[in-house]
Amino acid sequence: MNIAIRQSSDQMPSQETALSIEGLSFSYSGKKALDSVDFAIQSGECTVLLGPNGAGKSTLFALITRLYDARSGRIELCGFDIKKQTAKALARLGVVFQQSTLDMDLTVQQNLGYHAALHGMGSKLAKQRIQQELQRLNMHERRFEKVRQLNGGHRRRVEIARALLHKPSLLLLDEPTVGLDVPSRQDIVEYVHRLAKDENIAVLWASHLIDEIFPDDRLIILHKGQIKAAGSVDDVLQQTGATTIKDAFYTLTQGAQA
Amino acid sequence: MKVLHYWRAMWGIIWRECWRFITQRERFISALVRPLVWLFIFAAGFRSALGLAISPPYETYILYEVYIVPGLCGMIQLFNGMQSSLSMVYDREMGSMRILLTCPLPRWFLLLSKLLAGTAVSILQVYVFLGIAWCYDIRPPLLGYAWVLPALVLSGLMLGALGLLLSSFIKQLENFAGVMNFVIFPMFFMSTALYPLWKIKESSTFLHTLAQYNPFSQAVELIRFALYSQFNPHAFVYTLVAFIVFMMLAILGYNPSKGMMTRKGNTA
Repeated sequence: MNIAIRQSSDQMPSQETALSIEGLSFSYSGKKALDSVDFAIQSGECTVLLGPNGAGKSTLFALITRLYDARSGRIELCGFDIKKQTAKALARLGVVFQQSTLDMDLTVQQNLGYHAALHGMGSKLAKQRIQQELQRLNMHERRFEKVRQLNGGHRRRVEIARALLHKPSLLLLDEPTVGLDVPSRQDIVEYVHRLAKDENIAVLWASHLIDEIFPDDRLIILHKGQIKAAGSVDDVLQQTGATTIKDAFYTLTQGAQA
Repeated sequence: MKVLHYWRAMWGIIWRECWRFITQRERFISALVRPLVWLFIFAAGFRSALGLAISPPYETYILYEVYIVPGLCGMIQLFNGMQSSLSMVYDREMGSMRILLTCPLPRWFLLLSKLLAGTAVSILQVYVFLGIAWCYDIRPPLLGYAWVLPALVLSGLMLGALGLLLSSFIKQLENFAGVMNFVIFPMFFMSTALYPLWKIKESSTFLHTLAQYNPFSQAVELIRFALYSQFNPHAFVYTLVAFIVFMMLAILGYNPSKGMMTRKGNTA
């Protein structure tokens, strides 16, 4: 099933820095989870953060969303420092966490309504935005069903709709396709890629699945808390001298271990 | 515009909590069964064993059932505060807490809203309990039902803040059993909920001192006096100060740069 998306406007959207990270380090009880991480993401770009389990992807997401506080380094969302201008920065951020964060006992509409209230939307606007986002993801007919009744793929769609409700400039997705069947995975991967282009949203997608990368994506390979390679797919292939992303990923992660 | 944002978010949080409580019928019933068992069974059994002298706010000899009612109101709020704490740990483990903590509002405000939501639920339970007690012929003055509302708000906030504070320290849901043994039971039994202070003093001065400084005792006394249209300034100040201290520590506990969250292996 294809997920509908609005047509893009004729005008070319302007590129702005949606996320900028400089010199970010973080440790858990003396063990470095992130080590001097630097990168930036522009609006309209889909950046895939590739790394094996334990690479530091979830820690990086926790720092960007300010669930953890970065002791060293700087994180800016659309020019707002996450530490000093937290509310302004978080207002521009939409997140889909690795674990489902929906309330199972509430309906789809109630879950989204709660999120809209947290973002200060009035009931009329909230209703309108919920309808728009659910329709785009073909979930509007199921809005009165409890989340518990939905399958994994549909729950993920609801989470994506929720993350987009307040029109964020940056969308973070932490391994959103884990545990989904192939068609559901494909739908979500294609939807998010089109979303970045058509809505001019910056996307940071954490994954360890190479087939989720599109040829025009930006790529960041994270291993043991350090960025091993970054740039376009071609750049990364050139940097590693590999012919496929799989080989490049293996060289940078398994090769480094040996 | 900013004020409206705060208002909508607060109502969203309170609405979610109340809705969950109302739709979870088992939770509603079990929250009522506990104090009713104490009232109908425990108090009936102990009626003859525990003779109570006249002491404020009572102006005459009272039955043990009458004495125990404010303590059971406090008990409802104590368990509700801990239940909210449990749901915070559950939310954190299940992840829905992250959605709350990543919304563009200050963390202290989100915690306060969560606390108000829990307090609203506990007050709802207390009034249903008082209604049942009224049918059982335990009838404080009618005005007392209005006076007790602000007292319940403050005691609910204080006990809820304690729950929040505990939830910032509890890493996993399994650890919650420890809270029952080390916090709820000692707090409840070492208080004026079941027996007056002078009765405790007769058996042990040490226990009497502990019960006197137990914030739950003060919350119960605040409720007891309010239910009889009287104001207990000492209990009020003590409960208020305890609320402020617990709340500040809870905010600190949930502060990503200073609190427990930095030390945890899991994100909020």
